[in-house]
Amino acid sequence: MIALDLLAKAHGAVPVLGALSLQVAPGEVLGISGASGAGKTTLLRILAGLDSRFDGQISLPARRAIVFQSPTLMPWRSALDNVAIPTSCTPAEARAMLARVGLQGLEDRFPGQLSLGQARRVAIARAFVGRPEALILDEPFASLDAERIDDLIALTAALITETGAAVVLASHSAHELATLAHRQLRLEGRPARLVQP
Amino acid sequence: MSVSGLRQKPAVLRAPAGVAQAAPSPGARRHDGWRRALSVLALIGLWALISWIAGDPRRAPGPAEVLPALWQGLAGGRMLADLGATLARVGAAFALAMAAGAALGIALGLAPRADRWFDPWLTVALNIPALVTIVLCYLWIGLTETAAVVAVALNKIPMVAVMLREGVRVLDPGLADLAAVHRMGAAARLRHIVLPQLVPHLLSAARAGLALIWKIVLVVEFLGRSNGIGFRIHMNFQMFDIAGVIANALAFVAVMLAVEWLVLAPLAARANRWRQT
Repeated sequence: MIALDLLAKAHGAVPVLGALSLQVAPGEVLGISGASGAGKTTLLRILAGLDSRFDGQISLPARRAIVFQSPTLMPWRSALDNVAIPTSCTPAEARAMLARVGLQGLEDRFPGQLSLGQARRVAIARAFVGRPEALILDEPFASLDAERIDDLIALTAALITETGAAVVLASHSAHELATLAHRQLRLEGRPARLVQP
Repeated sequence: MSVSGLRQKPAVLRAPAGVAQAAPSPGARRHDGWRRALSVLALIGLWALISWIAGDPRRAPGPAEVLPALWQGLAGGRMLADLGATLARVGAAFALAMAAGAALGIALGLAPRADRWFDPWLTVALNIPALVTIVLCYLWIGLTETAAVVAVALNKIPMVAVMLREGVRVLDPGLADLAAVHRMGAAARLRHIVLPQLVPHLLSAARAGLALIWKIVLVVEFLGRSNGIGFRIHMNFQMFDIAGVIANALAFVAVMLAVEWLVLAPLAARANRWRQT
């Protein structure tokens, strides 16, 4: 369960987020939309546990994972290491998860040898291999063509179901939000608040 | 923690700055080897021509005078002892400068507030002439081996610190966020996230440092030691033995080129093998 009761968040003297609260149950996907600069990134950093400088309270499970806008892989490590090292899983578990996301046989490749779609699959494998209780997805399918996006959405949905993670998905794409999210909220205003879309 | 991790624009697998290009093919490497050998031969030929035109082997010795002096020094064993003494000083000063400079640079890169305070100190240190540091060390510590090594290291530490500080400044904030979310330990972060990004900067500092250090070591030996290539050049200077000066210098240049080709270049190739894609 992810639970946030935020009173205010500012960057310096500039208020970014106003009072808002949200709860995401295990297995549930909350979609968040909003214009660029609305505060989605700030909210996601708080939900990922990366920013604790805010007024309010947050409750996060111990096992957390995140998928960034870019794959954010270690270019000097193989695909297998990119899954195993950050998550401390065994090589066998990493290998199995890479196979699960369709990268069997590519475990020893460096990120520079992978296509963007393959690199995104590595990032998804890394996120799910530790069976996260909370998962933050920040534009996880950006810059992919429509066919690959649908493949990855289907894969991500299946893995969410398998792991039962509480998921927050931020996206500009109405299609991604409509396909993956169980419910949606929108960030609006300055400072931003969550409203029904 | 940086706030920029989630703000990266998509689709870019970023690599640290200051890195080598992908390795050339074996054919291109062979071709390049021939070109380098021919270039060195042309340089020796030009040197011989200038010496011949000058017509004074004592003032402008050519390869015909210097190579026998080089052989004589090596065969007699004296030059090998001097090379060993100089190499030992270079090694000690290099290790000290790299360790202290890297620690200082990483610390300043990680602590911007401290960096703002100490940046003027670094600028001052970078601009102190090597000769001043050497003379001061000899005056304060005495004409000792410690003074020689410390003087050389002090000349190099600011440069290493600046290069490593810049390396820390361009560390990928996305990878730092990744490590934070997955709660990687400090040792794992250093080994898997931080150091691989700093390797190009460490190698650049090592290469630039080695080239600088051995030249300063010769000055240190010239001024205050009783062995080493610098000391021998001092002797050659007093005897107006220009062929001896060039022979000693060539011998140590050859040693440093061997260190570059046999140690640093393989290390760089190993560290950058993931780029060979």
